Amino acid sequence: MVQYSTSGFDASFAALSDATRRGVLEQLGRADASITDLAGKFDMTLTGMKKHVGVLERAGFVTTEKVGRVRKCRLGPRRLEEEAAWIERYRQLWNARFDELDKVVEELKGKEPVDGRQTRE
Amino acid sequence: MDARRESESTPMKNRTTVERKSERELVVTRTFNAPARVVFEAWTRPELFRRWWAPKSMGMFLRSCEMDVRAGGRYRLEFGHDASNPVAFFGRYVEVTPHSRLVWTNDEGGDGGSVTTVTFEESGGRTLLVVHELFPSKEALDAAGTGAADAMPEQFEQLDELLLTLGAGVRTS
Repeated sequence: MVQYSTSGFDASFAALSDATRRGVLEQLGRADASITDLAGKFDMTLTGMKKHVGVLERAGFVTTEKVGRVRKCRLGPRRLEEEAAWIERYRQLWNARFDELDKVVEELKGKEPVDGRQTRE
Repeated sequence: MDARRESESTPMKNRTTVERKSERELVVTRTFNAPARVVFEAWTRPELFRRWWAPKSMGMFLRSCEMDVRAGGRYRLEFGHDASNPVAFFGRYVEVTPHSRLVWTNDEGGDGGSVTTVTFEESGGRTLLVVHELFPSKEALDAAGTGAADAMPEQFEQLDELLLTLGAGVRTS
């Protein structure tokens, strides 16, 4: 089969295609956790969770570090891009709101008499 | 130049900006071509507010909207198409100063709730609107995932995720 995409592209897709791995990212978005913590939270074996974390790590979504006997996981360099996307979504929401608010405001302006302040008082 | 051409044909559309001002603050701004009292009215009269707060273009559906707009008054908004499982946002107005300032709490998240301050600054018949959201901690801001965005349907999140993946893949390759 012909490979159209780059390896980075494939790794990202593969990493996010799995519900558990998306759950792990969500979880790490809240707080760092060890592989044991994650295995417990997702009701999985340690080996199974290690595999998932490995996939996320290769795609750059997660970084891990051995602290004593525990392997700590946290969100990786991709996090910055996630934040940019998050802010953009937030902006889009407000922008859509304000486009609607513009319409309401125009309508209210239309209802006001031209010299609104004087006639109102 | 573009702006002038735009204003001749259609009413001028102003830009919405968002800035993460600090680890705990998000600031949204937009200018409206109307006096502050008009813009303020659209924020404080429930029947007007509900017409724009949940834009259809974002796939949002506001089921109910109760607002007691005075200092100490409560509000409650319910989103979602599924009546048995609405997403509720609620809190209390802390300050209501006609035509210039609104402050309310966002209590749906418990203690980790943010405080929203909206200011209306009129200048030459136009109004600069500033929405400022202050979270108790960086973690609260990160976790909030913009509370309002939670009310958007899942397909938007999926699309975002896909776009993010595509963007990330292209940039790193």
